[in-house]
Amino acid sequence: MNFMHFDEYRQLQARRQFLKNAACGFGSLALGGMMASDGLLGAVADPLAPRKPHFAPKAKHVIFMFMEGGPSQMDLFDPKPALQKWHGQSLPAEMTKDLKLAFIKPTAAVLGSPRQFTQHGKSGMVLSDYLPNLATCVDDICMVRSMQTDAFNHHPGQLLLFTGSIQFGRPTMGAWVTYGLGSESQNLPGFVVLSSGVGTSGGATNFLSGFMPSTYQGAQFRNSGEPILYLSNPDGVSREAQRAGLDTIKELNEKHYTDTGDMEIASRIQSYELAYRMQMAAPELLDFSKEDPKTLEMYGVGKKPTHEFASNCLLARRMVERGVRYILMMDASWDTHTNLNKKLKEKCDASDQPTAALIRDLKQRGLLDDTLIVWGGEFGRTAMAEIRNLSDPDNAGRDHHPNGYSMWLAGGGVKGGTTIGATDEMGFNITEDKVHVHDLQATILNQLGFDHTKLTFRHMGRDYRLTDLSGEVVRKMLV
Amino acid sequence: MRFFFSALTLVAAFAQPPDFQRDVQPIFQKKCMACHGASNQTNGLRLDDGEAALKGGYSGVAIVPGTSATSPLIARVTATEKAKRMPPAGDPLSADQIATLKSWIDSGAKWPVTAKKQASPKSTHWSYQPILRPTLPEVKQSSWVRNPIDAFVLARLEKENIQPSPEASKTVLLRRLKLDLLGLPPTPEEVVEWQSDKRANAYELWVDRFLQSPHYGERWARPWLDLAHYADSDGYEKDNVRNGAWRYRHWVINALNEGMPFDRFAVEQLAGDLLPDSTLEQKVATGFLRNTLTNREAGVDRREDRFEQVINRVNTTGTTFMGVTIGCTQCHDHKYDPFSQKEYYQLFAFFNDAEDEDVDAPLAGEMGPYLRALPEYRNQKSEILNKYKIPELQARWEKAMLAAIDDPGKDVEVDFNVTSMKAMLDFADRMIRKGPQGRTERESERLTNYFVNNPGTAFKGDKEILAHIKEAREKLNEANSKIPFLTQAQTVRRNQDKSVTNIAVRGDWKSPGVEVVPGTLSILPPMKANGERATRLDLARWLVSKENPLTPRVIANRNWQEFFGRGLVRTSEDMGVSGEKPSHPELLDWLATQLLDNGWNIKQLHKTIVMSATYRQSSNSRQDLTDRDADNMLLARQIRMRLAAELIRDAALSVGGILNPSIGGKSIKPALPKGVAELGYGNSVKWKESEGPERYRRGLYIHFQRTAPYPQLMNFDEPDSNVACSRRRTSNTPLQALNLMNDPVFFEAAAALGEQVTMQTTGLTDKLEGLFLQCLGRKPVESERASLAGYLDRQTALLAKEGKSTAESQKGAWAGLARVLLNTDEFITRE
Repeated sequence: MNFMHFDEYRQLQARRQFLKNAACGFGSLALGGMMASDGLLGAVADPLAPRKPHFAPKAKHVIFMFMEGGPSQMDLFDPKPALQKWHGQSLPAEMTKDLKLAFIKPTAAVLGSPRQFTQHGKSGMVLSDYLPNLATCVDDICMVRSMQTDAFNHHPGQLLLFTGSIQFGRPTMGAWVTYGLGSESQNLPGFVVLSSGVGTSGGATNFLSGFMPSTYQGAQFRNSGEPILYLSNPDGVSREAQRAGLDTIKELNEKHYTDTGDMEIASRIQSYELAYRMQMAAPELLDFSKEDPKTLEMYGVGKKPTHEFASNCLLARRMVERGVRYILMMDASWDTHTNLNKKLKEKCDASDQPTAALIRDLKQRGLLDDTLIVWGGEFGRTAMAEIRNLSDPDNAGRDHHPNGYSMWLAGGGVKGGTTIGATDEMGFNITEDKVHVHDLQATILNQLGFDHTKLTFRHMGRDYRLTDLSGEVVRKMLV
Repeated sequence: MRFFFSALTLVAAFAQPPDFQRDVQPIFQKKCMACHGASNQTNGLRLDDGEAALKGGYSGVAIVPGTSATSPLIARVTATEKAKRMPPAGDPLSADQIATLKSWIDSGAKWPVTAKKQASPKSTHWSYQPILRPTLPEVKQSSWVRNPIDAFVLARLEKENIQPSPEASKTVLLRRLKLDLLGLPPTPEEVVEWQSDKRANAYELWVDRFLQSPHYGERWARPWLDLAHYADSDGYEKDNVRNGAWRYRHWVINALNEGMPFDRFAVEQLAGDLLPDSTLEQKVATGFLRNTLTNREAGVDRREDRFEQVINRVNTTGTTFMGVTIGCTQCHDHKYDPFSQKEYYQLFAFFNDAEDEDVDAPLAGEMGPYLRALPEYRNQKSEILNKYKIPELQARWEKAMLAAIDDPGKDVEVDFNVTSMKAMLDFADRMIRKGPQGRTERESERLTNYFVNNPGTAFKGDKEILAHIKEAREKLNEANSKIPFLTQAQTVRRNQDKSVTNIAVRGDWKSPGVEVVPGTLSILPPMKANGERATRLDLARWLVSKENPLTPRVIANRNWQEFFGRGLVRTSEDMGVSGEKPSHPELLDWLATQLLDNGWNIKQLHKTIVMSATYRQSSNSRQDLTDRDADNMLLARQIRMRLAAELIRDAALSVGGILNPSIGGKSIKPALPKGVAELGYGNSVKWKESEGPERYRRGLYIHFQRTAPYPQLMNFDEPDSNVACSRRRTSNTPLQALNLMNDPVFFEAAAALGEQVTMQTTGLTDKLEGLFLQCLGRKPVESERASLAGYLDRQTALLAKEGKSTAESQKGAWAGLARVLLNTDEFITRE
């Protein structure tokens, strides 16, 4: 990593580097990356200490609302009236010759969308009738209708979205951000994962730290059982007893530190103290009892079918207030191969109100300006129908589509009320302003104050970055 | 003048064919050589050498003598699309340069033999050079030297004017030795025995004793399994459980315990199936290659998934045995090391004809009961099948599936079923085509099981038949559940039909380039192949041949890493140009030489290392070295190493007296906190907790579910098992603290320990010392004793205040104290 948070250690490094050069000829190594990759940072400094990025950031927090499985863009964000004309028919071969499909054949019949699209807000952004609440926030969001990914199966798609590569083992976006910025919060992790619904295809690979130390991996706040794994004391251990135990652990560790002089022990003492602070802070974080009942109602907490999603949205806001840097909300499963209309409605009914409430709530508290919200899945869906059961007319769904799907962003220096990019009349291909996943990643890092080409980590002799070898900041999205 | 010159060239181009050396070569040199010269041949194209240039690159010929119009070279330099145009950077070729090239090609692309080609640079990188037996250096303090390792280390220290550290205390040495060799902390009894052992060669005798323990194989299996990236599930979205995966782990543990020479260890894992008259165990060893992920997501192209698997096998072999980043050459020639993309696919070709095969691999005691039950089972099964007319129904289903395979697009539902079947059932297509008579018994079983569980749409709407199949399924499942368990193993075998390998242009499996045959890296000594076409067996033997300088260095270095926290080459996964250089090159070569001289005896290598004075040094930090050698590269001391994830669990269970020490066998599932298995896709991960003593087996036996791994392992830096891992990272996080403090496993161990102490009838001081000894292998010093006693008082008072009886308070306080000790940094660190 070659940016300024190492300034404070530069002298030390210079000394080390000199030694290395003198002693062993290790001249050519990127020392920053080498130290970090070796866990040596832990020995000289807290790897989670807050750090400054390359330039002044627009956003200090990210809430990545990951809609796992691929939401259908032509039923939510990107109306395609032409589909109605072709509904039920196969398309001519020349129109479909370049399509790559997971399940269906290019000859599959077109599926028109029964959704009604109307304009909203001052900007007149178009949304489907499944999203009445988001419709009230359109002037705060930037819609991207021209997303592109390289993968059209779930797990590879999720790997690409979160790690910049369909190969395994790279750090995820949250890990990159935590590595780059450290943690602002003194008593909560810097990178938190919230989930709703059943598990995702990517599972833990969506928030692990890959070849970086596990210090940077996401801490999962779970929706069943304890909110953080092993947060509560075992039965019969009171807070006082815990404190007494910690004090003694600390005494013994300090004694051993004095004997051995190993800095790792100093870090261990720090880790135990942070763990204890987490134990104290997390219940307060999760306690919604002091929230205004109107707020709870606005999110839909305590009501069906919004409760689960709404609780995560409210938690996300409360985490932002408490300095959590990067919040990944994973909501399974938008993978509507079958029964599209019904399933999509269920997903929207559960999430639309809480999502809009989150935007509104952050805004009214003045937090939206420095909180970047990103909403979307790993790819979009096809214009053609996927039918797995011919005898059921409502069974039709859509297959995976990696080109020209939609995502939206809000807050954190994003230009509200704008729609970027366009797709052709069938929604097959992008006709304007292609935004590749790497471009999105570059833009997110940019808002956090990073030049994405310079946020690097050395591994296996190579400097890796989130955006792999490409990525351009999408200026059109930004204020 | 300039105009004049180019005009002249232009005129020349039309008047007479351009002269290669005067007109054409300068264009190549100026515009192409950076990527297509002697040192670099992007996509295999080389334009400094006539023969090579006319042969073309990985995508085929570039120059078609006589017809510039069909020459890809001209198409690329004249392309209007920027992404396709050559050169990719800098100014495009000028019109007259293009005209010159065209004219040269049209006139026959004559390349005079006198045209000088660039000299290919031969890599002088250290790790590719032969291993020369180093001479032992002279040292002044020869009394410090216990074996040659020390001479190399000391010579260097003396040069730097640094003193080695004193030997660690006796108690530290015992703990270090046992944790390093067996992965378990010493018991109080061992500490006492050790301290009173006055034999002159006591240390060596204890080393030998540990090397003979069957726990040795468990301790040393784990770093190897990191490389093999062992897991108990397929990975990706479906992440199906691999029931036979553990059989390979079992093999590794046994092989290490037997002291199998490393060359055999390597050959059997890479090509055990190809050894003459290979035994079952040799086939089981090839499970090494079966740890690649399998994507059973139905929409995945099977060919793509297979390509990815072979890629993974090549890269794993590169990291594990050669310690080079060969994976970089999947898409292009290596940027730093002398490997070409073509060589990558030559390696790929070795693995391309390997096909997955699951075989019966019973452990001792399984076969008898199985064979006794078999006749009855077969009868029962055929009765059920006949009663429900399964063969007839299955034949109908097979016919429908086959029709859809051969001629898709007729019925979307059947097409969908075919896609799912191909994803879930390996070789489904081939098994169906064989017909009922052509299948092996296992194949018939697999296909029928798949059919009764997924009759799909072949009987769409026919509720009667579907109900009928359901009934048969239930009966069959019941019969299957009664047949005594027979272990299966994942192996590979050779399928010669799959021997054609093409370079994947830009690493993309959909862009096949020129064909390649199996072959090794030209920078290394040549391979001796047995047959006309080299096989995996030839590759394996070449890797461990005496001439190959990489493997012995890589293996010696990686073993060293386990004892010192870092290798002599710190980047143990990369000894290539971009890796680090060895801190003690002669020592590394000496170790590699020893390894070869001793017939690849790994236990011997371990013994040599732990016998050295270098190993026995104290690990305490030294003020005089903080600035000079903070990383301890010069080895003037030992280092404190945090235990690996599994060993932390093992240590807690062990001191708690609840460890189940049985060796080998199936994976276990300890209690999993709620919400972890749920992380797997669509609630597909089933976690049935192990019962009884199974729950208390060592950490390396914990079932590794790739999408929902056991949290304690991940919190303590277990690799994710998707690619080969040559060294683990060591992090230090608050989640680890929570894990150790509050995970029921650790709490249970502490409670068991507390209970034991409470039962003792000795006095307080003895109890305190006994507990401390049990956890940390040493007696506490005065200040530590005071801390412990202070805690006991505070805790007892707290519990009494909560209304606990005296007996309860005492028990609780002792358990609490045990918990404190299990949470010290010392407990989870080697010393």
